[in-house]
Amino acid sequence: MIEIKNLRAAIDGKEILKGINLTVNNGEVHAIMGPNGSGKSTLAQVIAGREEYEVLEGEVIFNGKNILELSPEDRAREGIFLAFQYPVEIPGVSNVNLLRNALNEIKKYRGEDALDAMDFLKMMKERMKLVNMTQDLLSRSVNEGFSGGEKKRNEIFQMAVLNPKLGILDETDSGLDIDALRIVASGVNALRSKENSFILVTHYQRLLDYIVPDFVHVLYQGRIIKSGDKSLALFLEEKGYDWINEHAEEFVAN
Amino acid sequence: MDKSLEFKEKLSSGFDSLEASLNGGSKLPLHEIRKNSLKFFLEANYPTLKDEEWKYTNLTGLLDLNFEFPDNKSSLLIESELEEFLSEREKYYNLVFINGVFSPESSDLIKFNGIIVSDLKFAVRNYYNLIEPHLGKIINPEFTIFTALNSAYINEGVFIHAHKNKVLDRPVRIVYFNNSDRNYIYQPRNLFLLEENSQVKVIEVYASSNESTYFTNSVTEGLVEDRAILEHVKLQQESKSAFHITATDISVKKEAQYHAYNVAFGSILTRNDINARFAGEHSEITLNGLFLGSGKQLIDNHTLIDHAVPHCRSHQLYKGVLNGLSRGVFNGKVMVRKDAQKTNAFQENKTILMSDDARIDTKPQLEIFADDVKCTHGATIGRLNEDSIFYLRSRGFGLELARTTLINAFATDAVHTITIDDIRNQIEEMIAANLSS
Repeated sequence: MIEIKNLRAAIDGKEILKGINLTVNNGEVHAIMGPNGSGKSTLAQVIAGREEYEVLEGEVIFNGKNILELSPEDRAREGIFLAFQYPVEIPGVSNVNLLRNALNEIKKYRGEDALDAMDFLKMMKERMKLVNMTQDLLSRSVNEGFSGGEKKRNEIFQMAVLNPKLGILDETDSGLDIDALRIVASGVNALRSKENSFILVTHYQRLLDYIVPDFVHVLYQGRIIKSGDKSLALFLEEKGYDWINEHAEEFVAN
Repeated sequence: MDKSLEFKEKLSSGFDSLEASLNGGSKLPLHEIRKNSLKFFLEANYPTLKDEEWKYTNLTGLLDLNFEFPDNKSSLLIESELEEFLSEREKYYNLVFINGVFSPESSDLIKFNGIIVSDLKFAVRNYYNLIEPHLGKIINPEFTIFTALNSAYINEGVFIHAHKNKVLDRPVRIVYFNNSDRNYIYQPRNLFLLEENSQVKVIEVYASSNESTYFTNSVTEGLVEDRAILEHVKLQQESKSAFHITATDISVKKEAQYHAYNVAFGSILTRNDINARFAGEHSEITLNGLFLGSGKQLIDNHTLIDHAVPHCRSHQLYKGVLNGLSRGVFNGKVMVRKDAQKTNAFQENKTILMSDDARIDTKPQLEIFADDVKCTHGATIGRLNEDSIFYLRSRGFGLELARTTLINAFATDAVHTITIDDIRNQIEEMIAANLSS
């Protein structure tokens, strides 16, 4: 699915990612954990194509293509979806409008026919159920006046409609109460399949109780210093990130 | 010779031939307005940047033009050129002017059931008693030197009259169309009279088939009587080399409504003056505007809403999108007079600058002399939000689509209350076309 090789990236001249190596296969869910400032969100943004970041070195091969050479929209059209940590509000553009255009742009890129209005609405209705979206949220402007939880749910809803091959969830769990977290997690679980993969960027272990990852990676100072299974997340939760700050070498060695 | 003197001489040179063409018309009292206006035009100072009202709008370019006055021979109809501006003909009553001259063959003259829609020349001959009390009397012909110039040449234009309780079943679409490459001066004069409890929708379109240099100097007057409703959309798509100066003056009586949407895409220099006055209580005025500039275009909007009486409501939203070296001016004044208690006035100007060299000079002004009022005003200037662009691109939107979507969303705010769906859609398409060109 995606292979990240020795990825180094900087913003405003400051190197944030210092050589990331990560391979995610079809059907896998990977969690990336780490303290604040370790580069988790940067990794998500660089994969999605945020132009403020300068890629210094490395490759990101997505289904055989080096996507670092593609525009953000072409990455989306290839099947990458980023659920934003802070989804933006876009007054005047309705959710429906956004999704119809997005879907048509993606289909056009892939040489497929645009969805007709009826099929589109039917599909929207079906996907709305996944994350308990209400009709009024749908016709409202994108995220405008949404609560934190509604914004995150809307990200997952968009993901459900666009049906990407790789979904990257950037701290989708932060700021969610437990009920909203359950809704979001069950939405993601419903989308899991053998064909698509997920990268969950998160600070906390809690999300992983609901979306069980196949692999957990610890990102620290711009590098993945350790990888393991779900137990690694529990270990981190127990020790806390401060402990890593003090015992980084010992942690990597064991 | 001083250039402005030369300008005045050139522009007064057509008066004699107009006078000769009027036949008996020169004996009407209307002709006194023409003559007095010409006199004022010749005596008034040509505006410069030193005049407060013209501070940001340099009119010297106009002085270099070699003007010609259009005549009946200048009307050369080419149907295919017009099609674009006359889409869905049957949904409107259309009045078409080609190179400044009324074209009866492309127009629908109507008089039925208490509503008159006709060209002004015809109206002066046939309905002079309806016109005389108002033409040149709602607006002060000496409002600006250009209003005076227009008033000196009152001849072509549109007259709409709705009798009491009459509702016009289709919008009137007025198309002022240029397809000549000569430096013509066009001076349309419109008069809209809505009697008590009547309703009319009007769309004024200013358009050109080419990018030639000409000068449109139009004036519109309107009277909206008690409980009447006038919706007035202006779509300015002049040639990118044309000069476009207009003045509008509307008087709104008791429990009446005037909703104006002033949309500007074209011309090298645009100056709109819109004055609307509450002349009766419990009335409503909307003055919205949308201007898109690129290249070296300048779009100057001056508005004045006069809350002369209590219990009225005004809403003003002007949105600008400026690219290239273009410049915008918004000077909006809301006057709340001493007796105008319980006034509710909202005024806002928002502009997006798309380039480093674009510029807006904005001056929202409130002058309040009453003490029990609710008035807000403000102005914001910004850029397209990069985060929003990235967000849309991350969903698969191409860069162009992301930008047009955001600009459309920003801009449509100012026009979304237009009740004529086709026009609203047309404006959205024009925004997209304008951005991609």
